[in-house]
Amino acid sequence: MQTAYLGVDIGSISTKGIIIDENNKIIADKYIWTEGNPINAVKQIIHDLRQQINEKEFKIASVGTTGSARKLVGAMLGADVVKNEITAHAIGTLSVFPEVRTIFEIGGQDSKIIIIDNGIVVDYAMNTICAAGTGSFLSSQAKRLGLDVTEFGEIALTSQNPSKLAARCTVFAESDMVHKAQIGHKKEDIIAGLCMAVVSNYLNNVGKGKMIKPPIVFQGGVSKNVGVIKAFEQVTNEKIYVDANSHLMGALGVAILSKRAKKDKPFNLNISDINYQTIGYECNKCPNNCEIICFYKDDELIDSWGNRCANGEPTERTLKNA
Amino acid sequence: MQKIISFPHIGNYYVPIETLLKLLFKDHTVISAPKITKRTLELGTKYSPDFVCVPFKYNLGNYIEALENGANILIQACGGCRYGYYAEIQEQILKDLGYQFEFIKITWGKFNPFEVYNLCKKIGTSLSFPKFIHYVLLTLKMIKVMDSFESYIRENIGFEMKKNSFETIHKQFLNELKHIHSFRQLNKLYIKYNQKLKKVKINKPNNCLKIGIVGELYSLMEPFCNFFIEKELAENNIQVSRFITVTFLLKKSRIEKKILKSAKKYLKYAIGADGTDSVEKGQMLAEDGYDGIIHIKPFGCTPEVNAMPMLQKISNDYKIPILFFSFDSQTSETGIKTRLEAFYDMILMRKEQERCKQLI
Repeated sequence: MQTAYLGVDIGSISTKGIIIDENNKIIADKYIWTEGNPINAVKQIIHDLRQQINEKEFKIASVGTTGSARKLVGAMLGADVVKNEITAHAIGTLSVFPEVRTIFEIGGQDSKIIIIDNGIVVDYAMNTICAAGTGSFLSSQAKRLGLDVTEFGEIALTSQNPSKLAARCTVFAESDMVHKAQIGHKKEDIIAGLCMAVVSNYLNNVGKGKMIKPPIVFQGGVSKNVGVIKAFEQVTNEKIYVDANSHLMGALGVAILSKRAKKDKPFNLNISDINYQTIGYECNKCPNNCEIICFYKDDELIDSWGNRCANGEPTERTLKNA
Repeated sequence: MQKIISFPHIGNYYVPIETLLKLLFKDHTVISAPKITKRTLELGTKYSPDFVCVPFKYNLGNYIEALENGANILIQACGGCRYGYYAEIQEQILKDLGYQFEFIKITWGKFNPFEVYNLCKKIGTSLSFPKFIHYVLLTLKMIKVMDSFESYIRENIGFEMKKNSFETIHKQFLNELKHIHSFRQLNKLYIKYNQKLKKVKINKPNNCLKIGIVGELYSLMEPFCNFFIEKELAENNIQVSRFITVTFLLKKSRIEKKILKSAKKYLKYAIGADGTDSVEKGQMLAEDGYDGIIHIKPFGCTPEVNAMPMLQKISNDYKIPILFFSFDSQTSETGIKTRLEAFYDMILMRKEQERCKQLI
């Protein structure tokens, strides 16, 4: 019987699950769309991972969660480690590229840059109020052009003369793109222009003022887009490394972190029959009106969040009244 | 008509301000605006221009809630940035909403004591000028005592042995501060609470993580506006330091040249409002060996945007990480928590690496 570790990265768009063994080798992985329902996505992913491994051979010793729904899913799985995406990505990438100095990460809604020196994170930045230049921008533009986002990169590479699109803001880029299409720019040129716009937007916003030093690793969902990789290489004049598992780095990182924080309470993969439920309500006990979320596992309250003071402390009773 | 005087919130400063106004206007009623809640911000946002900085929205929300409670005299001070125009616009917005009230504006030009006294006389104080000055000085002293009290709590609350012990003392302190009427009482209170504070058992290692917070004054001093960032940090056993307090702002006009001089490596001219202070304090924190700096500002705050490139440079020169936050009415709390958590992880890892290096 071998020990294994589970890492789950639940992002806004996609959910990633991974099981590693004692040597950080990936023995099972899965990538699916979150579709706005993290609980279901996790159930599905665990079900799938379970079929990939031989349960008699491996025992899951600890679980880690990361991504924007890390807290919810952490409570659901009883995770040993609940970590933010930045730390998780850095740890995951370092396990594959120990020499890395700069990590570019563009996901569905987030983009971040992580600067690493001597194997530790020394600086990072994340996109702030605006989601410009992230994966969701690319996929909505793909839809507008009647294409699948997965074809985007290949088409961009065929362009000889990329259109110049305003990169400062998604809204401007979009109206610019519409204009260029209407005056007869070729589709592939516009697509290559979009890839370039994402890159310059990223470097001007998230990467502003950061010391970008090679080797550079690019990851997150958008790293699957060869057009964006090429645009990055053109702008930075450096080789951009993209791992085959670049979309799984967060999950890998948190699996490694859970291995380090091992508590060794065996984890049961059989969760598909358990009924998980969240109930949200407004407290109404003071004008703050905290939005409280209670999380139930088969009618048992296992966690709650959103409450700010002693007045609103949720109990079993609040559920019945709510 | 009975006059009911009110004013907007900023941190816990409503306590000394309310006390002062009560002493000045004995014949009238003084109410502080209801405590800031989500409703305050919603009201403020609803009636504010969209692109105005967020303190404006909080202030406006405070005024509306105070007016709902019957206030008919509102007070606003004015500052060195867009803040200087707050009063005019807020008065217009509130008048357009149909409220009946008098709006008292204390502008920089009128900051000399005689003019403020005349203003107070117009509202209706029966005090003589020397008595008026006496009470103003008492309030200034109160603010000073409160600031030093809170700064001690800020730096130590992350290490208390028994949870909530500092918070309980803090609440008691504010309650008693409300009833102070003389310097003698204030001194007694100061000594009493100083002893109480020192008695709280703390478990603070010598090389604990230290973070300094710099930035725009309102978002720094009003915890609701910055999502209780200081509390959040303290919960991770971090010493939090902040230098921008009302005490500092009051003495700032006298030391402005000195501030610019000590930041001369990065600044040749003042960059407006608190921008210069952010740079100077940022440099100071870096030189003092802090582990990280957090810079916060309302979205679109020009003086602080001016300060950011210099802070970035300080970060590169001194190898100290800086985290930037912009707050607005729609800021998501989870996003802030994620970034704070990552920041905390990062400085912790950096510190551990340094320790290892020292051992070798």
